Amino acid sequence: MKKSAIHFPEDLKNKLRGRWNEEWRKENRKKMNVKERMSLERTPMLENEPMERIKGFFEVNKGYTPEMALSEARRCMDCPNPTCVLGCPVSIDIPTFIKKIEIGDFLGAVKVIKETNSLPAVCGRVCPQEDQCEGNCIYTKMGKKPVAIGNLERFVADYERTQGAVEVPEIKIKKNKKIAIVGAGPAGLTAAGELAKMGYKVKIFEALHKPGGVLVYGIPEFRLPKAILEKEIDYMKKMGVEIITDFVIGKTATIDELRKEGYEAFFIGSGAGAPWFLGLPGEELNGVYSANEYLTRVNLMKAFKFPEFDTPIPRGKRVAVIGGGNTAMDSVRTAKRLGAEHAMILYRRSRVEMPARIEEAKHAEEEGIEFKFLTNPKRFIGDEDGWVKQVECIRMKLGEPDASGRRRPIPIPGSEHLIDVDIVIIAIGTKPNPLIPNTTPGLELEKWGEIKVNWDTMKTSIPDVFAGGDIARGGATVILAMGDGRKAAHEIDKYLSGE
Amino acid sequence: MYKIIFNRPIAYKVKHMRVKAPFVAWKRKPGNFVIVISEENGERIPLTIVDSNPNDGTIDLIYQEVGTSTYRMGRKKEGEDIYRIVGPLGKPTHIEKFGTVVAIGGGVGIAPLFPIAKGMMEAGNRVVTILGARTKKLIILEKEMRDISDDLRVWTDDGSYGKKGLVTHALQELIEEGLRPDLVIAIGPTIMMKFVAKMTKENGIKTLVSLNPIMVDGTGMCGACRVIVGGKVKFACVDGPEFDGHLVDYDNLILRLKAYREYERESLERFARFYPQLRSYIFGGEK
Repeated sequence: MKKSAIHFPEDLKNKLRGRWNEEWRKENRKKMNVKERMSLERTPMLENEPMERIKGFFEVNKGYTPEMALSEARRCMDCPNPTCVLGCPVSIDIPTFIKKIEIGDFLGAVKVIKETNSLPAVCGRVCPQEDQCEGNCIYTKMGKKPVAIGNLERFVADYERTQGAVEVPEIKIKKNKKIAIVGAGPAGLTAAGELAKMGYKVKIFEALHKPGGVLVYGIPEFRLPKAILEKEIDYMKKMGVEIITDFVIGKTATIDELRKEGYEAFFIGSGAGAPWFLGLPGEELNGVYSANEYLTRVNLMKAFKFPEFDTPIPRGKRVAVIGGGNTAMDSVRTAKRLGAEHAMILYRRSRVEMPARIEEAKHAEEEGIEFKFLTNPKRFIGDEDGWVKQVECIRMKLGEPDASGRRRPIPIPGSEHLIDVDIVIIAIGTKPNPLIPNTTPGLELEKWGEIKVNWDTMKTSIPDVFAGGDIARGGATVILAMGDGRKAAHEIDKYLSGE
Repeated sequence: MYKIIFNRPIAYKVKHMRVKAPFVAWKRKPGNFVIVISEENGERIPLTIVDSNPNDGTIDLIYQEVGTSTYRMGRKKEGEDIYRIVGPLGKPTHIEKFGTVVAIGGGVGIAPLFPIAKGMMEAGNRVVTILGARTKKLIILEKEMRDISDDLRVWTDDGSYGKKGLVTHALQELIEEGLRPDLVIAIGPTIMMKFVAKMTKENGIKTLVSLNPIMVDGTGMCGACRVIVGGKVKFACVDGPEFDGHLVDYDNLILRLKAYREYERESLERFARFYPQLRSYIFGGEK
């Protein structure tokens, strides 16, 4: 089962209930009655103006002020059975942290979050809260706007960082066992952080030259400033996590070789690094990119600062991005910031089926992104220099729902048409990179090359090897990867303790 | 950071760098490459590992100064650092005893050819080597190649050294002499590999080429290095860099290699403004 739990596990229930019954919580609940709380409006996020923000790569969302955070925190009714927690893949004690905000204890709030989530500034920014905590908020069920849990999480994480008050948990017991983590992305960082807290010696092996995984190569600066990510990674290092970059597991060394070096358990969180292409004629033309390449050039290699940074990226005037997910939104908004006059999304279904987060699609629309729905590419046409100049598309209509539950797009014969472009970005998803599976004998795989795991324990077919995040899921979210990393860390602890 | 042991010129704008990279040196096999980032603001560029010494933890790289990244490398001195090196990447060459192997290297392509030819020699093959370049001073590693070859011939476009003509002429000559190679390995400019492969196809000789498309991550993540081989899209970084020479779409690779020409020029102009003392070296041309 890939989904998070649907009922309260016993220990979580006890923890939540115990805190709910603490005196300060009872006092706080009395300060304002439920009716008053329900009458408060959701505090909107402060955003930079669309026409300003497309001129640069600075962050779109400006965050809450302390006053805004206080008034939003008051909206939370402090439910005795907080279903929001069930929507969180890392089971953050959401009501406790929100009520800490309400009493003005911002640092106390961030401490609560960090009990189960080592990357709050990241999650507050990139989690799809509408599908998780906020989607499970009692207000959502009542048809009202949910408590802005993500905005509050971001606020306290930023508050702690800007106050220079980041506190590193004391590691009480040192365990003399070495654990290797493959990949410094959300899954690997989380697993490493949890294991370091338990006292293990943890080393992360990262293939790229900077840690962060998709957070550093994929998600753009305007959604997640890299300086913030660096701070979160520094926090990991302070907890004792060692990160070695430029080290490709499967190439520089294999899992089997690391085992000989004395590593006693492994967590593979190498992500779904390999891009899907469409397999259409003309895909080999210059100017046709995978979203991975386009975003890696801009984010990891800082091509938006070319020529100050050496890696170039063409600044297209007419850019077509194929796909409707978050990566497609990131790509098209990046193209806009690089000066595109027409930055377009070509998506074969309609708006409602688009997998992108509502906020991302909304931001894209405000920034002047053109959405061409029910439009599917058939081939790419190049000029005499081999550079893409047009996409031939066909219009689609929606038929019966398919296996994904979304209505299947069907081409309308004779509706072929040409769209002028100078850049095409293919953002239709990624698949697991086969480097590790190919070099780890005995590792069982799923249909598309995902590593097969037991979803209750994150164990693979090899007893000392655990896996999670996109290498097991095949393409999901940052927070689900973090949830896997956290779960795997606890299972690794059990495994090494002989349980 | 990766410490430079030495970095010296071996031909016109061609340099040989030995650098500490113990993890790479330990694992590396003929045909593997590394991704190098010379400075923090630099590009990730692929370079074939020419040789390695696992005991000293060093690898040898040979590169031609053609753009900002390689000029950046070129001005580094002994004792200085390379920002990042990652590898060994790519599939190693499949080495076995084929019989007679003809190794054809064009210009700086001789550098990646060397470890493969050496491997072939060590596996008991008879190695016949053809080295080609525009002119005499672009011929590199002649002595090293001679040491591992049963026969070695040099051809230059301008006839300034060895025989005058292209490597395809040299191959033609060998075939006319009655040589029946079991395998041809050709590494050099794409256009050279294209014509070598054309000739060997006509003669029914199995041929291996090593492709050098633009890369970013080098681990199969981005698809920048995609090439068409036998009508299918392959990533040179993980599926290659060596492919069956008869199946490669060379014309597409030639177009893809030109994708960033304007940016490369702009970047190099900027680099030359920072290092005015290098300007005449960079833009001066051969003298």
